[in-house]
Amino acid sequence: MSVIALPRPEASTRAWPRWLVVLARRRITVAGAVLMALVVIIAVLAPVISGNPTHMDVAARLHPPSRVHWFGTDDVGRDVWSRVMYGARLSLVVGGAVVLLSFAAGVGCGLVAGYYRRLDNVVMRVMDGLMAFPAIVLAIALMASLGPSVLNVVIAIAVVYSPRVARVVRGSVLVIRETTYVEAARALGAADLALIRRHVLPNCLSPVIVQGSFVFAAAVLTEAALSFLGVGVPPYVPSWGNILAEGRLYITQAPWLVLFPGAAIMLTIFGLNLFGDGLRDLLDPKIRGLSTERQRAS
Amino acid sequence: MKTYVARRLLALLPVALVVATVAFVLIHLAPGDPASIIAGPDASADDVRRLSHQLGLDAPFPVQLLNWYGRLLQGDLGDSIFLRKPVTAAILDRVEPTLLLTVFAIAIAIAVGVPAGVVSARFHNSATDQAFMVAALLGVSIPNFLLGLLFIMCFSVWLGWFPVAGYAPLEDGVLKTVRSLVLPAFALGLVQSALIARIARSAMLDVLREQYITAGRAKGLGEHAVVYKHALKNALIPTITIIGISFAILVSGAVVVETVFNIPGLGRLIVSAVLRRDYPVIQGVVLCVAAVYMLINLAVDLSYLVIDPRVRYQ
Repeated sequence: MSVIALPRPEASTRAWPRWLVVLARRRITVAGAVLMALVVIIAVLAPVISGNPTHMDVAARLHPPSRVHWFGTDDVGRDVWSRVMYGARLSLVVGGAVVLLSFAAGVGCGLVAGYYRRLDNVVMRVMDGLMAFPAIVLAIALMASLGPSVLNVVIAIAVVYSPRVARVVRGSVLVIRETTYVEAARALGAADLALIRRHVLPNCLSPVIVQGSFVFAAAVLTEAALSFLGVGVPPYVPSWGNILAEGRLYITQAPWLVLFPGAAIMLTIFGLNLFGDGLRDLLDPKIRGLSTERQRAS
Repeated sequence: MKTYVARRLLALLPVALVVATVAFVLIHLAPGDPASIIAGPDASADDVRRLSHQLGLDAPFPVQLLNWYGRLLQGDLGDSIFLRKPVTAAILDRVEPTLLLTVFAIAIAIAVGVPAGVVSARFHNSATDQAFMVAALLGVSIPNFLLGLLFIMCFSVWLGWFPVAGYAPLEDGVLKTVRSLVLPAFALGLVQSALIARIARSAMLDVLREQYITAGRAKGLGEHAVVYKHALKNALIPTITIIGISFAILVSGAVVVETVFNIPGLGRLIVSAVLRRDYPVIQGVVLCVAAVYMLINLAVDLSYLVIDPRVRYQ
């Protein structure tokens, strides 16, 4: 009688869920995740690692970076380090809220349009109409009516991006509703709502999740652009776009007003894009390359 | 082929209707009475009533909407409250810089993006490829207004090669105009070139895996002929789509970059209109940009007829 010793599965690989292992295999995705984690940590710890972002010290106007003011001061003597750190908070809040809101609206409309053929035309024509506006132009126009506030920025950007989510969801639903398992469920007498909730929705989520990281990045960028133009969040709110708007006016005297918030925006978006690419390869190996580039573009 | 063109044109109608409606609804989204918001907090009740009548806001909502469609069909966008002239005139005054900037930027985006993408695909997974793609991902991550500010800092403030801001109209001479547009056009174009490069690369890689490419190689064609003659032609189809989309994105990107460089184009017009609550101008610019956006997308769709025989024979 012989005993075969089976190699023991390593405890460490077992402890991690499979998707995490796959995601962590690509170094670029990990780099993206690290960058994003850094931004989250900064946003959470902003009150600990920095001072008051709205405190004005007129005696210290436009001071260059020093040991007291690491990133220098702006034209009314506010500490740029504090404003950039608190700016991370605003960017994450806006990005997260836009993703939630545009997903709620976009997934809802996409499901209805994809599942009920009769509503498809109406819903999607409205979405097409909204998408016929260039993103930033529609956001500017909406801000003109809504007035400057953080909530309104979120609403305006969510209106701009929900049709894009809806289009992706509808595309998946159109495929899923023709599958045999949906047919089987229907034959068994499942009601529409239960069918959508239990079978259609879970199966159309993965392309939507991929879309999420790109919507998040687009929301952060759009908020910065709106605030930069002076039609976004009110000027006293610490936002990267707001700091850049001041930096533009003092570009010859105070380049630090552009460099630091600029670096913050770039690293955040870069991290989101890296992570989004990794997520896409994990969840959607079929649609690598072209189609996501197009989604990113529109 | 005719049905394809007809179908595309017909598909535009409902979209145009939604666009016109959204532009109309904008003015009613604000909480409270639009006329008193436009008139500002200091206006008297009489002023508000007069303004309300001038803008046609005293009619019932459906009547207002029908009037709005009617006026649009006649090409009448109303009068600017602040500039005291027709909105169409205000827009025409500002079109030149925006149009030149966009065309200049798309030329840069194509000139940089397509070769970078093709070379990346040709030397797939080489160091050149990876360097290009990291650069492209960085490019996608940098907002155009930020790149513009960095350009001003570097090339205008430190090196003094270009004016810090401002625009020289064509009447002052073409060279001056081009000089004033170099930095903004690069700020806009380079960001888009990153996108074009990524698409061109993916498209090339897809095509290079096709059997006819293997066949070409098998019959002894040089690598040069395979890549630049057979593959490139086919890879151009998705690339042209993205160039069309890029062009549309650039029109809206110009809106932001104009503020960076103080260029008196459509972007400055809409932003200043927002700050003054000049709704007719906001509606006009929004409609105008959306119309251009739709026409470009139509042009892209129709360009398939020329480039891709598969669409022609559908």
